[in-house]
Amino acid sequence: MELTGAQALIKSLEAQGVDVVFGLPGGAILPVYDPIIDSAIRHILVRHEQGAGHAAEGYAQVTGRAGVAMVTSGPGATNIVTPLADAMMDSIPLVVIAGQVATSSIGTDAFQEVDTTGVTMGVTKHNYLVTDPAEIPTVVAEAFHLATTGRPGPVLIDFPKDVANATVRYEEPGPVDLPGYTPPGEADPAGVEAAADLIAGAKRPVVYAGGGVLKADATRALAAFVAATGIPVVTTLMGRGAFPESDRHFLGMPGMHGSYAAVTALQRADLLLAFGTRFDDRVTGRVSAFAPGAAVVHVDIDRAELGKVRRAEVPLAADCRLAIEAITAAVRRRGTDAYPERLAPWWAALEEWRTRFPLTYDRGEDGRGVGGQPGTVKPQFVLEELRRLTPEDTILVAGVGQHQMWAAQFWRFEHPRTWVNSGGLGTMGFAVPAALGAKVGRPDRMVWAVDGDGCFQMTAQELVTASAEQIPVKIAILNNAYLGMVRQWQHMFYEERYSEVYLSPDLPDYVRWAEAMGGVGFRVTGPEEVAPTIEKANEIDDRPVVVDFRIDSMEQVYPMVPAGASNDDIVVHPSQAHLPR
Amino acid sequence: MSAPTGARRHLVSLLVENRAGVLARIAGLFSRRGFNIFSLAVAPTEDERFSRVSIVVDLESATLDQVLAQLDKLVNVVAINELRPEDAHEAELLLATVAGDTEARAALVDASTRFGGRVLEVGEETLTVQLAGPPAVLDEFEALARTLRIVGLQRTGTIGLPKLGAPR
Ligand SMILES: Cc1ncc(C[n+]2csc(CCOP(=O)(O)OP(=O)(O)O)c2C)c(N)n1
Ligand SMILES: [Mg+2]
Repeated sequence: MELTGAQALIKSLEAQGVDVVFGLPGGAILPVYDPIIDSAIRHILVRHEQGAGHAAEGYAQVTGRAGVAMVTSGPGATNIVTPLADAMMDSIPLVVIAGQVATSSIGTDAFQEVDTTGVTMGVTKHNYLVTDPAEIPTVVAEAFHLATTGRPGPVLIDFPKDVANATVRYEEPGPVDLPGYTPPGEADPAGVEAAADLIAGAKRPVVYAGGGVLKADATRALAAFVAATGIPVVTTLMGRGAFPESDRHFLGMPGMHGSYAAVTALQRADLLLAFGTRFDDRVTGRVSAFAPGAAVVHVDIDRAELGKVRRAEVPLAADCRLAIEAITAAVRRRGTDAYPERLAPWWAALEEWRTRFPLTYDRGEDGRGVGGQPGTVKPQFVLEELRRLTPEDTILVAGVGQHQMWAAQFWRFEHPRTWVNSGGLGTMGFAVPAALGAKVGRPDRMVWAVDGDGCFQMTAQELVTASAEQIPVKIAILNNAYLGMVRQWQHMFYEERYSEVYLSPDLPDYVRWAEAMGGVGFRVTGPEEVAPTIEKANEIDDRPVVVDFRIDSMEQVYPMVPAGASNDDIVVHPSQAHLPR
Repeated sequence: MSAPTGARRHLVSLLVENRAGVLARIAGLFSRRGFNIFSLAVAPTEDERFSRVSIVVDLESATLDQVLAQLDKLVNVVAINELRPEDAHEAELLLATVAGDTEARAALVDASTRFGGRVLEVGEETLTVQLAGPPAVLDEFEALARTLRIVGLQRTGTIGLPKLGAPR
């Protein structure tokens, strides 16, 4: 079959089962935008290429499939570098197609020429510059294979204009042949037995579960392991939803703003079962002081993570689901009758920590969640109400800052793939476009984004996209009139010398901004308005909604482990500071 | 940078696909992750689809494991071997142009003959020699040449292959 390179590209995307592409056209990618008209693929026209990238990430996070974005050369490509870096950090499968100047012009500083493969080399799992139109089907098949298998990640295809315009005989690609790419599968049996031996002898074990559990669809395997052993679980920021949080084995999230019980459980453990997680500095605090008495079983599909930060007694390069299933079977073979008694003292300590140091906040007069300033509410109260008033399987998206941490603390995740946030890169501006992409991926679910006033201003233009495409996302702005997380650090570590962190509660006017972008806007200035407004927002199903929650500007996120400190030096909420540790 | 020695010196041999940008990927990985390359040599192999890259790095063993694991993630890197000195043939090529009086130059010609080198060109005050061999021998020769005035010196970086019967 004779096709243009552009047609071959679209056909190759169709062959991969792509149903949605987020993008924005321009000169170099123009030829590819023509066959899109005739394709069943839905193209969603974003207002900024960063929005396309984050939307594709949101789509990928909730569906488990690769998110696809398409941009033009030069500024189109550089605008999507941040989402690529974000997806690289959080192991999100993306395929990004970027237009490029004609091969004959490459290297001449042609109009809108950027060395896109060079620029994106460090922020992609792999990238391609297509020079031969006959390679298109193979490159696309490889790109999707790389993005979605092993440790998932972003792949970029740089697509020159003359390649798009060339005529080519389209041939179905053969099976993917990548001699240098062999992600691990089953865990090494000897390692599995060694892990089971450690588990059978452990007195203070903890499962430290990360995003890899979700990526490997290992949540059921994890639940079965916990049911068999009675071992407590913490889930990282990226791993939230990997374990149902109403389960009594769940201790919360570890890390800089984790729960006291989760942080302390890791510190006092004698065995860490690190499943699909990478000992990120936001979890470990000072590495030399992290979990000092613990042996480590580390399962990760990325061999390079094993021993990168913390030496593991049992390193297992494997698919997380297969490894957890094998370990569970090995544990069962040894018998688990002795577990309850052996773990009883550990559970007694854990229960004490969790009852003495629950996540808490100052609920204000009569516990109504009134903020310390007139006309404000407590952000944690908003989160509690939002959780109470939305379906259990609601997808929650967050920006980056204090609001993100309150969302992580005060939401309860019961299902995998219901939490979408920027963990590793911490990208302000992530929430609005990611929420849009999540809603496109799961139109059957309610999607709420909890955003900061600062973050919202970075990418809010994608609400125009949401309106135009009738994507009914809901945005809760926790408006503290500050770059709050930075203000918190200046409060704690710079003697309250606030430098360039004040925004404004009413500039911009978020309600009118929402309306100008074709959505609905509400404002909440007191606790009694919280629930009714959430309910009104929940009713709206044809347009985006923005709720401007005026929150207490001076609220801090607790607990907190100061950067570079040991997790033992966790700072708890002031109301708990006097309690014995 | 002085030459790495002892337990910190590692010769890593990579078999890579001959694709555009593969060297940039390798070099980029080293700089991105803060690892140093001491020398690097790259050329096609007997199979035109692949090239072999020999890299000498100056690292502790634990860090080396991390470098190897990260290199292994590069899609175009097909195979990685650390060539231990006892298990490998190592070689390198050196060119040096040296200036000196007649006597000094004569001494250098003498030395290069002793080291198995070759004089490529003799000028009025300078001469250019070529020497191939194990890196340690080249080091020794280079030290000798440094007692004269070196006008230009270029080494290729170490290349290596496993010895017959060595574990591959
Ligand atoms: C793109 C980007 N720029 C800067 C930062 C640094 N930063 C982290 S949190 C934060 C404040 C975010 O403010 P806001 O969205 O209002 O959230 P809040 O902390 O007030 O809840 C900043 C500036 C970042 N993470 N990302
Ligand atoms: Mg703010």
